[in-house]
Amino acid sequence: MASEPTAARAEAGFVVAGGRPARPGTWTTLLRFARKKPLGAAGGVVMLLMLFAAVFANALQTHDPIRTDSNAVLARPTEVHWLGADHLGRDIYSRIVHGARVSLIVGVASTLLGSVLGGLIGLLSGYVGGRTDLVTQRVMDILQGLPLLVLALVMSAALGPALHNVVIAISIPIVPRAARVIRASVLSIREMQYVEAARALGIQHLRIAFRHVLPNTMGPFIVLGTAQLGSAILVEAALSFLGLGVPEPYPSWGRMLSVSAAEYAQKAPWLVLFPGIAISLAVFGSNLLGDALRDTLDPRLRGA
Amino acid sequence: MLTLFGMSLVIFVLLRLAPGNIVDILFDSAGYVSEADKALIERELGIDKPVWAQYVDWLRAVVTGDLGKSYRYDQPAWQLIKPMIPVTVELAFLSMVISVLLGVPTGVVSAVRQDTGLDYVLRVFSIAGLSMPSFWLGMVIILSLVGWLGWIPPMIYVSPAEDLKLHLVQFLLPALAVGYRSSALIMRITRSAMLEVLREDYVRTAWAKGQSGRAVVWRHALKNAILPVVTVIGIEFAFLIGGLVVTETVFNLPGVARFLVEAILWRDYPIVQNLVMFIAIVVVLSNLVVDMLYGVLDPRVRYG
Repeated sequence: MASEPTAARAEAGFVVAGGRPARPGTWTTLLRFARKKPLGAAGGVVMLLMLFAAVFANALQTHDPIRTDSNAVLARPTEVHWLGADHLGRDIYSRIVHGARVSLIVGVASTLLGSVLGGLIGLLSGYVGGRTDLVTQRVMDILQGLPLLVLALVMSAALGPALHNVVIAISIPIVPRAARVIRASVLSIREMQYVEAARALGIQHLRIAFRHVLPNTMGPFIVLGTAQLGSAILVEAALSFLGLGVPEPYPSWGRMLSVSAAEYAQKAPWLVLFPGIAISLAVFGSNLLGDALRDTLDPRLRGA
Repeated sequence: MLTLFGMSLVIFVLLRLAPGNIVDILFDSAGYVSEADKALIERELGIDKPVWAQYVDWLRAVVTGDLGKSYRYDQPAWQLIKPMIPVTVELAFLSMVISVLLGVPTGVVSAVRQDTGLDYVLRVFSIAGLSMPSFWLGMVIILSLVGWLGWIPPMIYVSPAEDLKLHLVQFLLPALAVGYRSSALIMRITRSAMLEVLREDYVRTAWAKGQSGRAVVWRHALKNAILPVVTVIGIEFAFLIGGLVVTETVFNLPGVARFLVEAILWRDYPIVQNLVMFIAIVVVLSNLVVDMLYGVLDPRVRYG
């Protein structure tokens, strides 16, 4: 291709003919990402599909996801019920589409809440240092000493069944993980010369921390977020499966798999099969995307 | 020690936040009972006292080895938990073995054949493992056994004394479901650690000496790559226990983890507190073991 050398130079950030520094557009960046990380791009597509399903759930549904229908109890997958119906005659396809909404809301909200809270703690702990740092780290140790699911389980039992409580319960175990990652990167940024320069100029600490240090932790922050999103979706599924997650009537993938559904599994395997595939695909997508983003944004974290 | 103390505080406070206590639950199911009776039972169980007094009571009991009485079963907690421990330990151990056997070799192969088709297949296989909820995988395993082989796995616990073969099969299935998931993480770490080590000079020297590929990879390289893998295995152990919570429920195994879920649903504080505390201790201990293993595996690490 004739344009290859130019493109290569543009990629390297060189000045291309015309004298303007080349800044690749959003599309170019995305295309390049897709070419270099095909698996990551596939993950991105899965996540976009999920987002699409979540946003347009009402338009995509073929039935009311919570209306029971005594004529359709355990119906096989047909043209009417694409993925069959459950033991109450509710359409599984429509429930899965709506479940995407719950999964995504809980996943994104708890990841955001957990990593923003943890990120702030990590920022302050890393920036202030000293005794504050030590105490914070011990508290984080305590939180991290419990398996994620066990902590979320106890939390959600303590808070009671409600959508926002599930979000809080899942976000708490994310806090120490986020705090760790952000603190580590703050520690190295804090020693940089430009931060020293800012301090020499007499800029207030709070301003330095938020304006000068925080923006540079965005790489690890995004990586962390995508990595946690998958596990947040999984934890939500597990909690709902155990009956401690998102309450009725919201259709949740995890609850679709719950024990009551499992009883009918031998007669109607589609009851178990499809929601599980939905969970796996969603987590698979976010894992693939997270991996590719990690490789791209933060080579140091590779394998961490 | 301090960590454990902090954990006990966190666990305790969280559980006391929970709306409703066991008396409420019991009384709800029994219909109307006089307030006086309710107060009497609450006094008997010691949950009428202020929260801090309950905490001190509990701590004193734990230190003296008294694990309290289950509210629900009216039996000493230890007697209830004791027969369950071997079940969970066996399951955790089997899962761990499976995950290491599956994770380390695939990680090594994937690193040696980096960026080949085989590498991609193995990586997708491992990310898939991370994405599937283990409880769903368990359900699918059961379903496919029933569907294709017509073999129905025992749905009640079979002790090794009764029928050793059946017992092993019964444990192997959930261990496979949990182990596959853990193996994914081990595989990823092994892969990235191996990739790093394979680029080292001494590995090139080994090649140059004309040693066989197998010796170079499995003896020279793996020895140095195994350290981060051991760390992850230690961390994984904590996750594994979390994973068992749902798996034991699916496979109906009378283990500690399933009991925890039941106890949470019943607000059986002594059981929940002690089980979570137990898990926390196991996690802290496994971290300690990992630290000590370092000294064994890496002569450069010395203590004291």
